[in-house]
Amino acid sequence: MEFISQHPVLVAAVVKVVVLLFVVMTALAYLTWLERKVVAHIQSRWGPYYVGAHGLLQPLADGIKFLFKEDVTPPASDRLIYLLAPFLALSLALTALGLIPFGPPGVRFPNGQPVFIVSDVSIGLLFLFAITSLGVYGVALAGWSSNSKYPLLGALRSSAQMISYEVSLTVSVVGVLLLAGTLNFNHIIEGQRGYWHWLRIVPHWYIVPQIVGFLCYLTAAIAETNRVPFDLPEAETELVAGFHTEYSSFKFAMFFMAEYANMITVSCLATILFFGGWLSPFPDRWTWQLYLPGAGLLALGVYCAYDSVTEMRGLARLQLSVVTLLALGGGALCLLPGVAPVIQGPFWFTAKVLGFLFFYIWIRGTLPRFRYDQLMSFGWKLLLPVSLANLVLTAAWFAWGWVRG
Amino acid sequence: MIFPAILFFVCALLAIVGAVMVILAREPIHSALALILVMMSLAVLYLLLGAEFIAAVQILVYAGAIMILFVTVIMVINAGVEERTDFSKIAKFAGLPLGFFLLLETAHWLYHSAIGAAIANGPGAHAEAFSTRELSTELFRRYLLPFEATSILILIAVLGALVLARKDE
Repeated sequence: MEFISQHPVLVAAVVKVVVLLFVVMTALAYLTWLERKVVAHIQSRWGPYYVGAHGLLQPLADGIKFLFKEDVTPPASDRLIYLLAPFLALSLALTALGLIPFGPPGVRFPNGQPVFIVSDVSIGLLFLFAITSLGVYGVALAGWSSNSKYPLLGALRSSAQMISYEVSLTVSVVGVLLLAGTLNFNHIIEGQRGYWHWLRIVPHWYIVPQIVGFLCYLTAAIAETNRVPFDLPEAETELVAGFHTEYSSFKFAMFFMAEYANMITVSCLATILFFGGWLSPFPDRWTWQLYLPGAGLLALGVYCAYDSVTEMRGLARLQLSVVTLLALGGGALCLLPGVAPVIQGPFWFTAKVLGFLFFYIWIRGTLPRFRYDQLMSFGWKLLLPVSLANLVLTAAWFAWGWVRG
Repeated sequence: MIFPAILFFVCALLAIVGAVMVILAREPIHSALALILVMMSLAVLYLLLGAEFIAAVQILVYAGAIMILFVTVIMVINAGVEERTDFSKIAKFAGLPLGFFLLLETAHWLYHSAIGAAIANGPGAHAEAFSTRELSTELFRRYLLPFEATSILILIAVLGALVLARKDE
């Protein structure tokens, strides 16, 4: 007990990391479910349907399958690096999430530590870029250590792609930094409080002056996470499965999880930089918004109850009833006067991030893949000049004092 | 204050082991990885000194950009395993003692210098002196000329590399 009271930072950090890991791992699992469902519906299919009601237990089944599959290590591979690469990819992707503020810094534990951020670094953005820039190693080393043609080609492609698009990604964000005047995430979000003075209903989010920067960021972020239409590193038709061709079992799953964790990270970053992070889009005087999270969960519970009664049979009905109870109970909990204000920040943050994740999946269901030369010329000849021009314009705007937002 | 001390010794050890590995590893990729290990350990040491910005830039620029290029180039040219030769006689009998002597001399100098005193005051003693804002003010006001000169130097190096790498028509 003495140890706990003497090291508040350490204890709080351990608790937060454990909780965050649990939440993120669950979110990753159900992100795969969401992706399969959304893409299926875009393509007029049902998607996973048999394992659990609406396929809700599919991620669990996948996880068990990955765990019990044979773990093959190619004999010609470089064993140490072959083992290291997936760990590197996943741990870096998860580390980045430790810098993200999921709610206002004012909410604190009894020992004075902020609840919604693992580590509130004064130069958070720079550290985030430092960590995500290392993500290339997972891909590059995986391809190299497999000692096989297709993985090597995939790794080369992806290193080139990630290096190219990282430049645009970083440059497109600098405009926001000029507006905010700080590298700390919470301060950047605080700077977006209120409304633009010439347009009273539009929140003071940085997307309004930085719409070009936002579009550049979004494009570069999709490329950076190797998602469609920029998923050249794993173009099946050309490279089998790209850099992770030789990986099987849980090592493959780790690359998979790393990709989804990176998706979450860039969505969080977009939310923080351009969409006001954990701030609500409505003015503070609208007190009914306090009950929005609870009301949403209750509505979900009611829908699940309706669905389980009308559509489901047998075991599926039972499973959906559990979901119903969870949603109703969670909704009631969120309506409690002590909980409702605390849950506001995380609610808006999660809602915005989910919006971005849905957008990602939507893009994947809609767009075809780029050709490799198109990818490179797009990155260097269009995206980089546009984001540079955006930066120069913003800087000029500041230099002549046009901005007094 | 025991945690920073432990962290310091672990990272210092990692940095030294990594540096030795850079030389001893026979596979070029292993050398590159060991170099990354050195840089990451140094970044943690900077963090311990309270220099957050330098630490982040250390990771971002060295580990995140330069070493990625190294690794990519090694992969592209598919560099094989290095050949190992015996030490030359001069290296064996003059190089090793001289290197050891240099190490001692540096340690001696550090021990008596201002930097050594600053380090001895304990990790994080200068935490407040190194904010990003102050660093950039210093960099772009007081040290603007050296900064620009360095930039031009790097530009010249890039052009030189391009000229050297170009094939004759």
